[in-house]
Formats: sequence, C-alpha cells, structure tokens
Amino acid sequence: MTLIQEIDYGTPASKAEKTVRLVIDGNTIEVPEGTSVMRASMEAGIQVPKLCATDMVDAFGSCRLCLVEIEGRNGTPASCTTPVAEGMVVHTQTGRLKDIRRGVMELYISDHPLDCLTCAANGDCELQDMAGAVGLRDVRYGYDGENHVKARQNGEANPRYMAKDESNPYFTYDPAKCIVCSRCVRACEEVQGTFALTIEGRGFESRVSPGMHESFMSSECVSCGACVQACPTATLQEKSVIEIGQPEHSVVTTCAYCGVGCSFKAEMRGEEVVRMVPWKDGKANRGHSCVKGRFAWGYATHQDRILNPMVREKITDPWREVSWEEAFAHVAKEFRRLQFQYGKGAIGGITSSRCTNEETFLVQKLVRAGFGNNNVDTCARVCHSPTGYGLGKAFGTSAGTQDFDSVEHTDVVILIGANPTDGHPVFASRLKKRLRQGVKLIVIDPRRIDLVRSAHIEASHHLPLRPGTNVAVLTALAHVIVTEGLFDEAFIRERCDWSEFEDWASFVADPAHSPEATEVYTGVPAEELRGAARLYARGGNGAIYYGLGVTEHSQGSTTVMAIANLAMATGNIGRPGVGVNPLRGQNNVQGACDMGSFPHELPGYRHISGSEVRDVFEKLWGVELNPEPGLRIPNMLDAAVDGTFRGIYIQGEDILQSDPDTKHVKAGLEAMECVVVHDLFLNETANYAHVFLPGSTFLEKDGTFTNAERRINRVRKVMSPKNGLADWEVTLKLAQAMGLGWHYNHPSEIMDEIAATTPSFANVTYQLLEEKGSVQWPCNEAKPDGTPVMHLDGFVRGKGKFIRTEYVATDERTGPRFPLLLTTGRILSQYNVGAQTRRTDNVAWHAEDRLEIHPHDAEQRGIREGDLVKLSSRSGETALHATITERVAPGVVYTTFHHPGTQANVITTDFTDWATSCPEYKVTAVQVSPSNGPTAWQQDYEAQATQSRRIAREDALEPAE
Amino acid sequence: MSPDKLRYQANQIATFFASQPEAEQIEGVADHINKFWDPRMRTQLFEITDESTEGFKPMVVAALGKIRRPEKAPAAG
Repeated sequence: MTLIQEIDYGTPASKAEKTVRLVIDGNTIEVPEGTSVMRASMEAGIQVPKLCATDMVDAFGSCRLCLVEIEGRNGTPASCTTPVAEGMVVHTQTGRLKDIRRGVMELYISDHPLDCLTCAANGDCELQDMAGAVGLRDVRYGYDGENHVKARQNGEANPRYMAKDESNPYFTYDPAKCIVCSRCVRACEEVQGTFALTIEGRGFESRVSPGMHESFMSSECVSCGACVQACPTATLQEKSVIEIGQPEHSVVTTCAYCGVGCSFKAEMRGEEVVRMVPWKDGKANRGHSCVKGRFAWGYATHQDRILNPMVREKITDPWREVSWEEAFAHVAKEFRRLQFQYGKGAIGGITSSRCTNEETFLVQKLVRAGFGNNNVDTCARVCHSPTGYGLGKAFGTSAGTQDFDSVEHTDVVILIGANPTDGHPVFASRLKKRLRQGVKLIVIDPRRIDLVRSAHIEASHHLPLRPGTNVAVLTALAHVIVTEGLFDEAFIRERCDWSEFEDWASFVADPAHSPEATEVYTGVPAEELRGAARLYARGGNGAIYYGLGVTEHSQGSTTVMAIANLAMATGNIGRPGVGVNPLRGQNNVQGACDMGSFPHELPGYRHISGSEVRDVFEKLWGVELNPEPGLRIPNMLDAAVDGTFRGIYIQGEDILQSDPDTKHVKAGLEAMECVVVHDLFLNETANYAHVFLPGSTFLEKDGTFTNAERRINRVRKVMSPKNGLADWEVTLKLAQAMGLGWHYNHPSEIMDEIAATTPSFANVTYQLLEEKGSVQWPCNEAKPDGTPVMHLDGFVRGKGKFIRTEYVATDERTGPRFPLLLTTGRILSQYNVGAQTRRTDNVAWHAEDRLEIHPHDAEQRGIREGDLVKLSSRSGETALHATITERVAPGVVYTTFHHPGTQANVITTDFTDWATSCPEYKVTAVQVSPSNGPTAWQQDYEAQATQSRRIAREDALEPAE
Repeated sequence: MSPDKLRYQANQIATFFASQPEAEQIEGVADHINKFWDPRMRTQLFEITDESTEGFKPMVVAALGKIRRPEKAPAAG
C-alpha cells in the first residue's frame, strides 16, 4: 500500500473543445485552448517549479517561480497565467530562469523558519520541495533582518511576529510559516465560497487574516478544510498531522455523512487515520469537503463506543456483556418465541441509511426470508419517502434525475425547502460558484437561509412562504406558467400525455390557484411569485433542488408531484443542467431505498404484490415470500401498543430521537418484548432495548454507499472493526443463528446477489467499481457505464404523468394556545441525531440546539438573547435557549434536532404525509415562554437514560466481605 | 392504532384523490390502501367499517368494496 499522490496540474482544466499544439522543452503536446502553459507542461510530464499555483484555484501569478521563456516573446512570463497558443515553443529550464528562481527562493527562505526537521509538514511541504528543485544552497540575505519568524529579536519583542492561532479544533494557523501565496484565500473564495479569509496589509506587511484580523474560530470560517488543503507549507496544518506525523498509505473511500457522498482519501499510518483528504477524482465532490467529512471522524475511536454485545431481561436492568454467540442465540430464540406466541408478523426490522447497500440488503432479506413477513422499513420513512412516491408516480422511478455535475450547465435554480450550506455543504459550494458566475436562484423557504443573500451571491427571488403551504405556492407557479403561455408545448406533446396535460392545465389555470388568490394564506407576494415563475420557465436550463422542507409535510407527496409537474411543463427534464434533484439526507438513504427497505417493495422499487418479482427472489432464496405489504415504522409502533408487534431488529437508526412524537415512539418501544439495537453507541433507542449488538464504522468495513445522484461509491476498510465484526457479518451471523443457510465471504458477493436480482444494478460489480471509480444506476446491459442523467429520450414509465395538486391546509393549525409555527432543520457542524458529530470537536460550533425566534415575537414574550425558554405543543414540551434573529419570519420559530437533551421531537406531532406516513416535522403549532429550568419531561428522560445505560461490571457482582 | 387515527389517515388519502379526475378517485383510494396498508391495518379498517362507516369520507366508503379484505387475523399470519 502506498500514499496516493494526485498530480497537481497547477491550474484548472480548460473546458474548450478546440485544441492547440505547442512544443515544451522539445516535446510536442496538444491541449485544449485556454490551458495554461503550466498545465500543458505538467500534461507533458514536465513539472515547472511553482508555489502560488494549484489546480483547485485559478492562476494568480504572484510567486514568480513558474517563469518560462517562450520563443519570440520578451521576458520571462509566468507559466500559470500564460495561455497556450498554436505553435508556441516553450523552454522551462534555462540559465536565466534558474537564476531568477533561485533568487526568488532565497527571498522566501530569508523570512521562513529553518525548522524543517521538526516541522509537521516535513515530507509534505512544497516550499521544501521547491528549495530542492531550484537548487537553493545559500541565502545571501541571512536571517537577521526584519522577519515574521522570530518572537523576539535583539532582546526585544518582534512586532511582526504573530503567535500560532490554535482556536480551530482541527487545524492551526502559524503566520510565521506563511509565504503569502494566497492559495488559502483563493480556496476559501473560489472553492468554498465563504470569503472568510483575506490578505491584510501591503508589501512586507501582508499576511493572511481570517475576517477582520480575527482568530479562525471567531471569523466566518466554516472549517471546510479547503485552505488547509491548498496551503503549500505548514502554515495551515491539520492538528492530527501535528500529533501523529505524516501518513504512509492512503485508501480511497466514501464519507459516511450526508447524501452528497464525497470521496476521500483516508490517509493512514498503520491502522490509525492521520487525516481525511477530499479526493480530486471524486465525481460528487471534485476535491472539496466540509467540516464533517474532512475532520469529524473522531467518533470512530471515541471511548463511548460499545465494543461487546450486551443483553438484559428488562429495560430497567443494567446491561450484561455477553459473547457474540450468546447474543445471537438469545436474539434467535426470542424472535422465534415471539413469532410462535404472537404470529409470524409479530417481529420486524429497520434498515440503516448510514450502513452500506450490502448491509441494508441483508437486513431486508433477513426480514423477508427469515422472519417470513415484510415488516421492514428505513429512516427514509421520515425523510424522502414522499420523493419515492411522488417521482415514482410522475416519472416511473424514485430518484434524482441528474448528477451533481449537471449544475455546471444550469441557468436557473429553484431551491425549495433545502438549506444546502448547512445540510449539503459541498454541493452548496458548487452551487455558489455557479451563482457567482451568473446563474439565477429562486429560494422557496420560510427562513432567510444563507443562499438568499451572503458573500457575493444573492437570490433573484426569495418566496418566504408560510410553513405548510408548499403545494399552494408550487401550484401558483404552475398557474403563471400555464396562463401566461410559458410552457414548452413541443416537449409536452412528445414526452407526456397531452390530454393529461390539458386536464392539469385547466386545473392550475383556475383563478383560485393564482398567486394573487393564494398570497392571502401563503404569505408570498404575488408579483414576486410571478417573477419567479417567468424566470424559471424562460431563463434557460432550469433545475429544481429540494430537501426535507418539501417532503416532511402532510402534503409531502403532493408537493413532490407539483415539482415534477413544473419540470415537465417547462421541458426542464432529460438533459444536463435541468431536472428534479432531491438532496438526500443521509449518506446511504438513496441506497437503503434502492435495496428494498420499504415494507411494500423489493429491491429496485418493485411492489411486493408482483408475483414475477417475488419469483426471482423466491427461487434464489428458496423461500416463499409474503405478497402483502408489511408495517411502516409508525405502524409498527402502533401495532406494538396494540400488542400485535413484539420484537424488532434496528440497525443503525435512532428512532427515539429522530422520529416524531417521542412519547409515541417510547410507548411503542416499551410495549415490545425484544428490542435489538445494532449501533456504535448506546443511542437513545437503546434505552428501551433488550439486546445491544455493537456496530462498526465506515472505516472498518467494505461496501458501497449510493448518494443523492444515484452514484454507487465504494466504501473501503482501512482498519479492523473495533467491535470484532463488520455490520454485514453481524446480520449474517444473526441469520445463521436463526437457521438460515447464508454464506457470504465478502460484501462483493452480496453485491453480486443484488445485481443478479435487480435489473437497475445488473452490471454492477466491485470489479466495475474498481475500474470506473463509481457508477450511477441504472447500470445494466442498456447502460453499461451507468446513467448520469435520467429520462433522456423518454420517461421510465413511458409518458410523463401530470397530476393535479390541490392544496389542502394541514390540520396542524395555530390558535390562541399555540400561536407560533415551529419548523425544524439541521446545522452545518452536526449530523442527524448527532450521535457521531456530538462525539467530535464539532461541538465547538454547536453545543446545543437553540430556538430561533424573530425579535418581534421575542419582545412580546419578554425573551432576551440566550434566555432559557419553554417550547410547548399539544404533544409535549421542552426547554432550550433562544437565539433572536430575523432569519425567521414573525410567527415562525426554528430549531435543530441534534441533541437528545433538547428532544425537539417531543414537540412534533403525529400528523403525517397522506401517502407515505412521512411525519410532518416542518409544521407544529407551538407556544414559547420564558422558563427557569428543564421541563419535567426532560428531567424524567435524563433519569431514565442514565439508569438505562448502566453496564454491570463483573467484579461488582462479587459478594462483599 | 386508534380508530380515530385510522379514520383520519383513510380520509387523508381520500382528500388527495378527491381532486383527481373522477374516474380515478375511488380506484385510487382502494389501490393506495391495498398497496401500502399492511393486513392488520386493513383488518382494523374493516372491523370499524363493518360496525359503522360514520366519520369516513364517502369516497373511502365507496372504495371499501375494492380494498382487499385480509383472510384471517394478521397477527397469526
């Protein structure tokens, strides 16, 4: 194993199709027009010395090291800023160039510490490399003059010296080592789009400054790591490298956080991760990362991880550590007993959107083939199940239509109910880059999210709708498109059913759906909405991106259909730059859905009632499958309370914290006789579990994740599972204990079974993934290289289906008791229930869930910034601290759900999407009032959790003297 | 689940299909319930409606004839 060394071409690739030929050091090379001489040289295998250039940012031309000579041109132009030209003859190494470069390096080194041996970047320092490359042997200027290096000089404090900034938990900034190449500043601007860094001062005074001469932590920095990656020296350095040293090998793998699915190089020393560095060839992230994927992997070795299986009789007992064999035998015995006693349908399972495709496939197989029922569900129930239903109805397949690269061809973006700068930060950076290049943006969101207006970007339209009125707003957009004749008739006639379109068009054209009529209850100014509709319909390639603000409503599925209608009506589907793009929440929620995690469908979205589909699996598995749909998560809990559902196997999912109406979830879990939790930590659900099976992290196993663009990415094992078994092995051994004759030696064999049974995965093998890096399904005989853009020539279902979308107000209404609307969301530094990110230094950014409230609402209630407030709904009440902000409109409050101490879901109700039972997280009528302490619920909860997490120590059982 | 919640969810489905073209309405409700409600939910639906259809939207009542009636107690199946 070796360290993967990516080639740095110095400047970004040119997208030009026309090529030019030139000669560099006697080599003739053909490159796209617009390529820099530096990049052309690198492509010819000639490395021109450089410091300020790197191919993640545009050329800058400041270091004067990459100079070349070009025949027929005067002087020594910088190769990074000089584009190639036909017939150009370039010399990269001449006597004149050597002298200039050595002179430049002498100046750099005269103001740089000479502590290479003890420097954290030793062996990975471009300044060191360049000193070697130019043959620097002496620094004629000496080191005694003015400098930024020495804290004290001539017995006095050196005013130019600045101490190391160690405020960020993950990296340090050492101004003494800075060569002011501006790579970090440009990475922050061009790659991340945050503009947190600048160069302050002029000439010799210049230095990198976060914000206005602030520390990194107090600046706008979002800790994405792009600056650290760009830094050629140890000025910006990962603390993990400082602590451990340079890595010796690396493995490409896939981040286990959000649905963007970034590719990373896990840089290792033995089995210890030194750092995670975004991989340039990763097709989802193109070399970028966020604070979670780049830095927040420390949970993998956190002391809270449970490494031994545990069992207990009652949930009030302390846990008892047992062997794996005993745990498996216990679960098998209990599950069989429950089925014997209460019926075959008395048990079920939940697959994990955090686990691999192979692992979710095995869990649903265990339920269908082993339990003999279809009581399997997954966390997509509470996030994107309406996407599955809505897009399935409209297009015939339930997934995003594009790849992330598609945004490079987009002219207008509609963003609905998503906050990518927090939830999907790496995609947000790509989007922001496009916005800075002139792409227009329409934001439909009750909150004024960062993309509405922040550094160098501004949305053309922000439609700040009242939570719960998505369908009314989208139908009003359709109204404008139809009544103003902005639809694409040719596309509709060719690709959709014209009579269905006519029916739909007459429906949306009803004056009741006009922006003027709906403004009364949506709160969206009619003129603004009309402007947005015109822009989307006529602004060129229009793409819709959406998140859980669309799906998590009682009309979630209807909203997804309304989105599909808009895309079809304007012809914005079936080519790069357009489409309908759900931003999926968890790393493998797309995959979990693909793998047949829903109770009504087998892998590949095929309904369980189809005998032909069942036949495929029945033959392979040698069992008869139940043709009836199984229970969904909320129904499992209902059935548990009713007494017909008694046991559950939950892999990598914390339903007690993440699912709505916590009291209902608690009642359901309490009613069960055997709750098996398979997880990394004693999560909240485990407080009600009878068996705990320790899980493994993404670093400890092989498999695949499928991201929001349907991309199947490899997850590669870089260390042995601390708990002894990878998660797929745990399910496998559990199945074997239940008497199933399963045999898999490696996850690749599970993928082979998926491919053999699921047409959209037919050609997927680990070998193909090795060759191609990743593929997007469908990947089969018709599409051997996968499918970046779907519905190119026709919809999967044949003709696209227009569906009427009548707005129905949710029954969750504000009133005198609960006058405010609560909506929930996430924040950049934390992930989902926080089980992972709370166990990293990310808590430095978000140590608790806070309630955002408008100044007007706060003042009415006598609430000041930072006050503890009680948040109550008809479901329950909790206490948390208030943040007063105009990001939320008057009448709306907002919080996150990352911390179990807050339990935001005590507040949310049991209202659900009409089609999929996806909970209505985004609308809850609440009241906010000053509080003087945690609520009774929080206190009881804390007491129960503490009691439930006790683990019996064997020595404690010894009798006392 | 509580009869009220079941009634509420059935009516929610009917509310969506109420806005669809007339020919698809009743069929739509029945098909949706057949596809997504597990047998014990359908059993409960019939237990309630066999007694009284009060509180159910007419479209749900009209769809009952097209909803598959589970054969036996689902807990045992």
